[in-house]
Amino acid sequence: MTALEASGRNADPVVEESTAGSRPPTPATDHPRRATVRKWAEIALFVGPALALFLTFVVYPVISAARYSMYKWNGVSQFSDAEFIGFENYARALFGGTDPDTKQAFTTAYTQPFWEALSHNFAIILLSLAIQLPLALIVALTLNRKFRGRAFTRVVIFAPYVLSEVIAGTMWLIIFDPNGVATQWMRAIGLDMPAGGWFEDPTWGFWTVFFIITWKYVGLAIILFLAGLSGVSEDLQEAASIDGASWWQIQWRINIPLIGPTIRIWAFLSIIGSIQLFDMVWVLNRGGTAGQYSTIASYMMEIGFFRSDWGYGSAIAVIMFFLSFVIALAYMATILRRDNAHPGKAR
Amino acid sequence: MANMRRAAAGAAIAASMALLAACSSDGGDDGPTSGATSGGGGGDEPVTLTWWHNGVAGDTGENSLGDYWDQVAADYMADNPNVTIQIEQIQNEDLQRTRIPTALQSGDAPDLFQQWGGGEMAAQAEAGYLMDLSDVLSDDISRLGGGVAPWQVDGVTYGLPFQFAVEGIWYRPSLFEEAGITDVPTTMDELGDAVQKLKDAGIVPIAVGAADGWPAAHWWYNFALRSCSQDVVASAGTSLDFSDPCWVDAGDQLQAFIDTDPFQPQFTSTVAQTGATSSAGMVANGDAAMELMGQWNYFVYEGFTDGSDEAIAALHEDLDWFPMPATDGGSGDPSAAMGGGDGFSCYVDAPPECADFLAYIVSDDVQRGYAEAVGGLPVAPAASDAITDPVLQKIAQTTSSAAYVQLWMDTLLGPNVGGAMNDGIVNIFNGTGDAQGVVDAMVAAAATS
Repeated sequence: MTALEASGRNADPVVEESTAGSRPPTPATDHPRRATVRKWAEIALFVGPALALFLTFVVYPVISAARYSMYKWNGVSQFSDAEFIGFENYARALFGGTDPDTKQAFTTAYTQPFWEALSHNFAIILLSLAIQLPLALIVALTLNRKFRGRAFTRVVIFAPYVLSEVIAGTMWLIIFDPNGVATQWMRAIGLDMPAGGWFEDPTWGFWTVFFIITWKYVGLAIILFLAGLSGVSEDLQEAASIDGASWWQIQWRINIPLIGPTIRIWAFLSIIGSIQLFDMVWVLNRGGTAGQYSTIASYMMEIGFFRSDWGYGSAIAVIMFFLSFVIALAYMATILRRDNAHPGKAR
Repeated sequence: MANMRRAAAGAAIAASMALLAACSSDGGDDGPTSGATSGGGGGDEPVTLTWWHNGVAGDTGENSLGDYWDQVAADYMADNPNVTIQIEQIQNEDLQRTRIPTALQSGDAPDLFQQWGGGEMAAQAEAGYLMDLSDVLSDDISRLGGGVAPWQVDGVTYGLPFQFAVEGIWYRPSLFEEAGITDVPTTMDELGDAVQKLKDAGIVPIAVGAADGWPAAHWWYNFALRSCSQDVVASAGTSLDFSDPCWVDAGDQLQAFIDTDPFQPQFTSTVAQTGATSSAGMVANGDAAMELMGQWNYFVYEGFTDGSDEAIAALHEDLDWFPMPATDGGSGDPSAAMGGGDGFSCYVDAPPECADFLAYIVSDDVQRGYAEAVGGLPVAPAASDAITDPVLQKIAQTTSSAAYVQLWMDTLLGPNVGGAMNDGIVNIFNGTGDAQGVVDAMVAAAATS
């Protein structure tokens, strides 16, 4: 939802400027200074509290993390005693560090798990777009008609998304227990669970988790698409069918293009969510005993917090922040650009 | 005796109070009050001690440890009317990983707090957070004996344990009988035989909660303990030097043991304590014959009964314990054992009453009460007569007769190197790592700290 607001906020200045431009004539020409003071007072009053919160709880922590990331700090000693090591923590994560003596050891112990975690994030981004998007579209298009129990069906589809991650994760832990119901079903049809268990198998662990993530989040996509589809005028569909368009042609030529902005916003949310994915993988088993389904956030928590390597953990946090930031900016600037442009120009 | 010691401590307090009052120029929490006392002769000045411990209520709402500490604090306050003790009960991981580190850094730490010893305590001591108890409590330190060692750094005592015990193998005698095992294994060869007999009888020989990491790592610790000499292990805690080949050898022995297939299927998906499919649940329900664990598992197993006295008695009837078997060869003493415990440290700026109260906590009588009320294993030798349970007696006996007791390796090495070690060991269990990989991970982590 934040992205929707964010995209709306981008358009706001245009609107504000135009109203601001149309209003001033009467009082502003008489007392331009008083009006300016008043305008700024209003801005301070309305923006101030939010800005203060934003600075305290977003900007300050980000700057702190960036500062910690430059130090060798175990989180126990006073930070003032920590040793400044520049970008060494980043180097350790990205390519094994700059010290030839420890490069080999760091590459195995830190660089590989880091890139493995990051590769899981990107795999989830791509797989979400490749699997969740078509799946959600098909379901949404199918449900986009009037039938008995439509509201009920929608609630059921949306239910996994509403469940808390911890409850959902615990539920799946029980289902995918080595002696759980999933194993019994597999055995009933003559198969078995993966050799190392559903979650901990080095090959299959990731796929089990991806299945759960899809189950959890596909409902959001479907609901968003349905909301988008409900805004598509029925006249267009009627006109098309009178012209002899088939059901598929109507979907492909009319419905899908018209919910394009919704799809693009969903993809944006999905990408950012995939980069920051944490709760579910942590509840399952902290990214797996050998990082089978670790993500950059779970890796950060594991090393930074549980191994008390705070400087390094902060460096991972900053890397994650930059990734999200750059990807979000790039997405805004390219794909969402046409949705955010002047309202009249969108289509 | 106890009264005399307390009187002596009281004198020491009076002296140090005067010193404290003279020194405190920056005015701490009780600045004005402590300033006023300097002339008034010690012992009566109102003092508040804050105490953080991990005695929290379990699933059943029962909290024997927390209740006992409440009682201990109340008794102490009755004897020392000027002292008020404020207790905060905090869940173990929150306490260790979040609350204590944050409080120490903020400079507003509790006066008395849970202390697990080893590398983490050494880091706290190095940062100057902990009160040196060596002189103030020297009598208590010698009374408690060797169990204090994990709470010392370079001969300086920074905490005292109230519980210390070795780990060993819990087993179900009825399943041993079913498999035709007559004597408990005392060597790894005999353990191997027992594993084979249990498998032949269709019983899971050993349960291990490898999904949690540390329960799997404890197998490696025991191999390392037998493979490495006492000096090599003990000095590794401070030198972080793992060049001795015995460390790789420990992993090779673990690999060889895993290859005999002694554990339940999909052991890397099994947690240690939660649910019937956990390793503790398997043993408690008779689905597995053995588990390597500390003394606390006695109570974890009880948690899988319905809680009635009959059910617990029935479980105790068919639950026993033997020490970790000896391996062939290696530089370690075959009767050495892995162990750990719980203690408390005083914050460096805590009032002197903190040390006095800590001495009271580990006094023989309070230790006896701890054994009786909580079922814990006290450190004070004089309190061992209060252990009545035959299995706990066996553990206490093994603890006191061991050639030496080595603190849990992950606690010894601290969270950074210790965590890397545990992850490396779990990789052996996962089949994604090897013996050298464990040592490499430890060396890499050591290079970052």
